Amino acid sequence: METQTSKFKDNIIFIILIILAVAFLAPILVVIMNSFKGKFYISDTPFLFPNNTTFVGLENYISGLDKTGFINAFGMSLFITVGSVAVIVLFTSMTAWYITRVKSKFTNSLYYVFTFSMIVPFQMVMFTLTKVANVTHLDNPLGIILIYLGFGSGLSVFLFSGFVKSIPLEVEEAVMMDGGSPVQTFFRVVLPILKPTAITVSILNVMWVWNDYLLPYLIIGTEYKTIPIAIQYLKGGYGSIDMGAMMAMLVLAIIPIIIFYLSCQKYIIEGVVAGAVKG
Amino acid sequence: MEKSMKKYFGLFALPTLLAFGLAFVIPFLLGIYLSLTEFTTVTDAKWVGLSNYVKAFSNQEFLNALGFTVAFTVVSVITINVFAFIIAMLLTRGKKGTNLFRTVFFMPNLIGGIVLGYIWQLILNGILINFDVTLTFSAEYGFWGLIILMNWQLIGYMMIIYIAGIQNVPKDVVEAAKIDGASRFQVLRNVTIPLVMPSITICLFLTLSNSFKLFDQNLALTAGAPSKETAMMALDIYNTFYSKTGMEGVGQAKAVVFFVLVALIALIQLVLTRRKEVEN
Repeated sequence: METQTSKFKDNIIFIILIILAVAFLAPILVVIMNSFKGKFYISDTPFLFPNNTTFVGLENYISGLDKTGFINAFGMSLFITVGSVAVIVLFTSMTAWYITRVKSKFTNSLYYVFTFSMIVPFQMVMFTLTKVANVTHLDNPLGIILIYLGFGSGLSVFLFSGFVKSIPLEVEEAVMMDGGSPVQTFFRVVLPILKPTAITVSILNVMWVWNDYLLPYLIIGTEYKTIPIAIQYLKGGYGSIDMGAMMAMLVLAIIPIIIFYLSCQKYIIEGVVAGAVKG
Repeated sequence: MEKSMKKYFGLFALPTLLAFGLAFVIPFLLGIYLSLTEFTTVTDAKWVGLSNYVKAFSNQEFLNALGFTVAFTVVSVITINVFAFIIAMLLTRGKKGTNLFRTVFFMPNLIGGIVLGYIWQLILNGILINFDVTLTFSAEYGFWGLIILMNWQLIGYMMIIYIAGIQNVPKDVVEAAKIDGASRFQVLRNVTIPLVMPSITICLFLTLSNSFKLFDQNLALTAGAPSKETAMMALDIYNTFYSKTGMEGVGQAKAVVFFVLVALIALIQLVLTRRKEVEN
């Protein structure tokens, strides 16, 4: 009796979840569907499948790629994201190790300033950061990597420091006693131990930098476009939007994210939980 | 060990500190200073005391944005957390396809705000066209549109955190409560929720600060239309800086107010909910 009612309940829960899952996927499916429709049919009947009259094949993709320079934008997004995340993981892990192991009033207050920076919204530094980037000539794709390191270091230093505190000192001391320099100790011993946190830090930063709109737009946006900027330009530059091109570009913007997600899903979900629990 | 490490300050700490100084410390301090001046190019700043703040608070658009942001944040924090918690409960109870469901529910979170905004613009306008209106017809449509969008984006993220919390609740405690005759609702209220409080703290904090600071989604979905009625604070500050000259000082003052509000919310919320957490 008991097992039968619980089986029944399991089935109800399963059906509710299926309905929810379909509702969650529907928006993306609607966009994909519309990316193959003629631009004048999209606004009126967005929920109908393309048919003989409305189907246009890859036309939207071709005109979208042309109008947005999507391929360049993709390369730019990739360059900035990979560069920034690599630099963030390398330098903030070194910094976190240093300020955790070298105890002084200075390193202690540094820790608090990094933590404090996590709650400061971007708008607070939006205007002044743009000016600083101009004056220091960091307003280019290489410079913006340095800016991401600076503005993003708060969370990353915080996460790495939390983990360094949990590593017993003895291991590092033993290596240094044997004549290992701090550089050797860090790269041979500490960094490998930090790997789980490094994955968390990478994932949180990839999600941020890849999708970030305002910072690259204000600092380099007029010359070099990232994907979010290219998509926003499609809206801004043409008066009435070409809905077909828009749909096609939305699909192209989502595909890399889905591939990234499905290929390292386990790390992403674990990383998000780890980041949330410590943050 | 400390001594030998100290010499390596330049290698280990300096690169991050330089970048942090340039990208955060200097802009932050300069921002506070400029909020007390009138300027268009930073170098022509003239000290005006608190007058930018007075202007900010007597600016109807800013007050509207503040009201809209607060209302949006309250509704979205409640809806996102309630739905995320319910789905997390279902997923920790149901057996079939759990991983697949987690994958699907979490996915929208990785899609960037600008893209999310245009996806939902299409869907919502597609529904509203049946009633001969669009998203930008009335501020109410934009408001609920943003709520739906935020729910779609964040439910999966919060769900993941709630699942981690629920799975940490010891099974024997729940069993013991049931044997003592507690109803399902009593177990939830008196056992599960208190033990999941750390997850609730984190989820409230994340939804609160994400909702309050919303920008990209707001820009893409309605861009504030009709007539700036759906502009949230971040968008209002952006517009103050970049769509009219001479207002930079006021924009910076608004930004400082925004920062103070975000910081206060974060502090109050953490203190309040940490107090309710149960040690386990």
